[in-house]
Amino acid sequence: MSAHANVSTTPPTNRSLMDLAALQREMAAAVMQPLTPDENMRPTMPDGRSTTAVAASFIAPNTRLTAFERLEIYNRQYWYRVLGALAEDFPALRAVVGNSKFDALSIAYLAEHPSRSFTLRNLGSKLPAWVAAHPEHTGRRHRLAVDMAKLEWAFVEAFDAAELAPLTQRKIAALQGDSLLTLQPYLQLVALHYPADDLVIELHRREKRQTSEAGVAHEEVSGAQTAVPRLRPRPIWLAVHRVDLSVYYRRIVREEFQTLEAIRSGSALGEALDAGFIGSRIPESKRADRVREWFGDWAEFGWICAG
Amino acid sequence: MSGNRFNAFQDHGVGIGLRIPHYEHIFSRKPVVDWFEIISENYMCDAGRPLATLDRILEQYRVVQHGVSMYFGSVTAPDPEHLKRLKNLVRRTKTPWLSDHLCWGSVDGAYTHDLLPLPYTWEAVERTVERVRMVQDYLEIPVAVENVSSYAAFTGSEMTEWEFLTEVVERADCGILFDVNNVYVSAMNHEFNPLDYVNAVPADRVAQIHIAGHSKYEKYILDTHDHPVIDPVWQLYARAIERCGPTPTLLEWDDHIPSFDEVHAEAKKAQRFLQPHATELVRAAK
Ligand SMILES: [Fe+2]
Repeated sequence: MSAHANVSTTPPTNRSLMDLAALQREMAAAVMQPLTPDENMRPTMPDGRSTTAVAASFIAPNTRLTAFERLEIYNRQYWYRVLGALAEDFPALRAVVGNSKFDALSIAYLAEHPSRSFTLRNLGSKLPAWVAAHPEHTGRRHRLAVDMAKLEWAFVEAFDAAELAPLTQRKIAALQGDSLLTLQPYLQLVALHYPADDLVIELHRREKRQTSEAGVAHEEVSGAQTAVPRLRPRPIWLAVHRVDLSVYYRRIVREEFQTLEAIRSGSALGEALDAGFIGSRIPESKRADRVREWFGDWAEFGWICAG
Repeated sequence: MSGNRFNAFQDHGVGIGLRIPHYEHIFSRKPVVDWFEIISENYMCDAGRPLATLDRILEQYRVVQHGVSMYFGSVTAPDPEHLKRLKNLVRRTKTPWLSDHLCWGSVDGAYTHDLLPLPYTWEAVERTVERVRMVQDYLEIPVAVENVSSYAAFTGSEMTEWEFLTEVVERADCGILFDVNNVYVSAMNHEFNPLDYVNAVPADRVAQIHIAGHSKYEKYILDTHDHPVIDPVWQLYARAIERCGPTPTLLEWDDHIPSFDEVHAEAKKAQRFLQPHATELVRAAK
């Protein structure tokens, strides 16, 4: 090992005049550009310039690595990290579309929606909508893939989103048609094309994702392809929620789902119930009983809070 | 053990990083551990299991916060939401000091989630000092900046890494989280003598020391935190303790995490350098 630092040998005349902001924009653009299919850094930048020239404009080589190769280490590290994070959060989506299609899907999604948050937790926040809009990335089982993306993102939210003090039984009994309510922030409402909740539970079990003490303990994301059984399409309305720190999927009827959605979007209780029964085949005479049952459940789970 | 104003004069001994695979062991066996370092970002959520578990840990152990996304060297200002959440967590953990890295990683609101190296320029010194001061004032606790492992050097650099670190911490009047494994990794990747770095670091500002293992590739070394500490890194640690005095020390192990006992045993090897008779051992390690 030589005792001198590389930096001190760089003659001042070779020093780049690039300021810090320009350097960071240039380096981030190179680092966040997708890799080639062979997982190398691309020879050209998004604007068509040569990556070799761009790298050499601000990175110094050493005796073993060129500027391009040094920048490439960061380019690879970036993609391994974000692809790994997405694969950890969406194992069921990965199983449904297949491992290699999932990688391509993730790269396309992240190229369009790079992380905008200080935490990787939020990396998949736009994935459900993105998957729905990109059937070319999901293949034959598009609607099931959309279901999986929605469910797995709902899991992330339900796992650690805020919890408000729920209304007490007494306050619930005193509610009026014009009462304004807030839903528990961790409660996620998800409408599915398939009974995909069972499949997600099964796939998460196989991935050994356990919400054991303090976190979702992820096993290493395996390279093996997981087999996914056939499912018959059937609409499912799901409340993804949290009980004693664990996430549960609770199937509810369409009317209850619609009512909760209307409450979440700001409707007063009376309007929300009207919206809930739109298109309902539940006879008028039985509706009051059903609503009473829902309120019993909501009180038990602490789903509704003051508006 | 004597502290300094950068670690709130704490006598923390040897800690390990708190990691999810070890929770069960910690809660069922209640092992004696001097302290745990947590990754702040893992607990900057609103509620749920991460915070409930952290509260259980806080009931029994001392916790120090370590962040990975403050990016003191980024030109774009930090997200106010990030700062607010970090401060809430500081109130919760009562961490005596807090650390994050001397690096950048986000620009114009896009995050790489990596610890990217800075060019060692006067402009970067100024920018970083401003950010460290701002974060320290806002959080109202001592902040320590950690030297990172790097794989690239910049043509525009105007000083060595240790000169850059010294300029930043002195002007910002902050502490240092001195990572001796990162010194070793960077020395290999940039072809300098790691002892030059250890000998130059302002010893009176070292709040904490990190030790870790890494992965060696054909042409470079990656800081992967997935191996035991190697002997040359223990030697750098010995020299650092000789210069800084007994200092709160933490073993980082983030990947291929072995059992709690194995990680703890590896960390406790640091104790032989921290004991009163350490000086002789330091000599022996040379
Ligand atoms: Fe470290």
